[in-house]
Amino acid sequence: MSAYVTAILQGAVLTVGVSLASLLVAIVLGLLGASAKLSGRRGWVALGTAYTTVIRGIPDLVLMLLIFYGGTIGLNNLLEWMGSEATVDINPFVAGVLTLGFIYGAYMTETFRGAILAIPHGQIEAAWAFGMGRTQTFLRITAPQMVRYALPGFTNNWLVLIKATALISLIGLQEMTYAAKQASAATRSPFVFFLFTAALFLVYTTVSLMALRRLGVRFSLGAKRGTL
Amino acid sequence: MNWAVLFEPQNLALFGHGIVTTLSLLFASLAVGGVMALVFALLLTGPWAPLRWVVGAYTYVIRGTPLLIQVYLIYYGLGQLEWIQARWDTVWPWTHFKEPFFCALLAFALNTAGYTAEMLAGAIRETSAGEIEAAQAFGMSRLQVMFRVVLPSALRRTLPAYSNEVVMMLQSTSLASAVPSMLDVTAAASRIYSDYYLPFEAYLAAAAIYLVASFCLIGLFKLAERHLLAYLAVRQS
Repeated sequence: MSAYVTAILQGAVLTVGVSLASLLVAIVLGLLGASAKLSGRRGWVALGTAYTTVIRGIPDLVLMLLIFYGGTIGLNNLLEWMGSEATVDINPFVAGVLTLGFIYGAYMTETFRGAILAIPHGQIEAAWAFGMGRTQTFLRITAPQMVRYALPGFTNNWLVLIKATALISLIGLQEMTYAAKQASAATRSPFVFFLFTAALFLVYTTVSLMALRRLGVRFSLGAKRGTL
Repeated sequence: MNWAVLFEPQNLALFGHGIVTTLSLLFASLAVGGVMALVFALLLTGPWAPLRWVVGAYTYVIRGTPLLIQVYLIYYGLGQLEWIQARWDTVWPWTHFKEPFFCALLAFALNTAGYTAEMLAGAIRETSAGEIEAAQAFGMSRLQVMFRVVLPSALRRTLPAYSNEVVMMLQSTSLASAVPSMLDVTAAASRIYSDYYLPFEAYLAAAAIYLVASFCLIGLFKLAERHLLAYLAVRQS
């Protein structure tokens, strides 16, 4: 029995790893997407809009299966076409991180876009008047203030992303849902193991929620709140 | 790419079957979950503190754990309990726990009820104080205020958020394919993949079906909003 609990706890470490890696991809894609949508260039705006619209209409699971199974065949066909003898297998970790990063990047795009729009444009003009370039303006003016506006949406996306990592067990990544399924098949006591895994997920989401709330307080220092 | 395979009669039938399963799962779970959500939302905003805590804890757990685990808990987990084992061969409501469709439906309904209840409770709490005072000034009782004034407007104001939940639910039904012997759109695609080894064609077709279904649902909600929330729309003068 305790061996299975250990396996689930090891799976939990992998769950944390895979969710953080996906988050990183999602943040990068979200920033790129938001800047594309705000760039004002027609092509970029259309691309960004297509990205956020299409991704939000397709289930995570279908996209994951597409990238995992389709990606393997696609890569191998590409290698064959280039005349290589080698074959590659996409491993579930990479497929999972890419898929979740790609999906939640679309949600982050909308969150970041809203946050950037919430910053008064005068501040950015002031930064330009000081001779700051685009990168400097982003790093010194936009990014620090964006955090405060983006946090509520970011928190939501992060909690949904954590829960979506359970899906990666379906393409064979041995994270905690996978371990729980193995354990319940072997011991015939699925209720206990799935309940335990659910509790671990609850702990993870609760801890994240508390941490992000503290971050919110930290980044709202000096911001006045109107009272009714 | 070999798209012709998808249009062979037996594969079209497979996807057709999948669409029927997906849509019936979606609408059945929305109906059952919607009724539960209404009751939960009334309890969440109601005067009985213990019930508020119980329902609050329920929505917290439902919203804090993955739907896949909830499906597993109901499909695989409940079968472990001796109390259910003693009943599911003969005693009526429990016999359903052997049916994959019922288990998936139950998991989805419980899940959407948790999310929708919080949404609806938020809308009820945000009803403007003036409306409630006016209703009270007319001498309406607590229940009358709730059913004549608060709920009709709260239900309408939930509509935009609820349309998101419905689209999310449509996508969540793809988890039914994780239950063996359930043939929804995702499972149909998986079967075509394993029969012909054509992952791109199979899963892209499934993605397109979900995309079309999502857009149809969003369109329907837009129509409903234009009709039911007309009084909140920006006036065109």
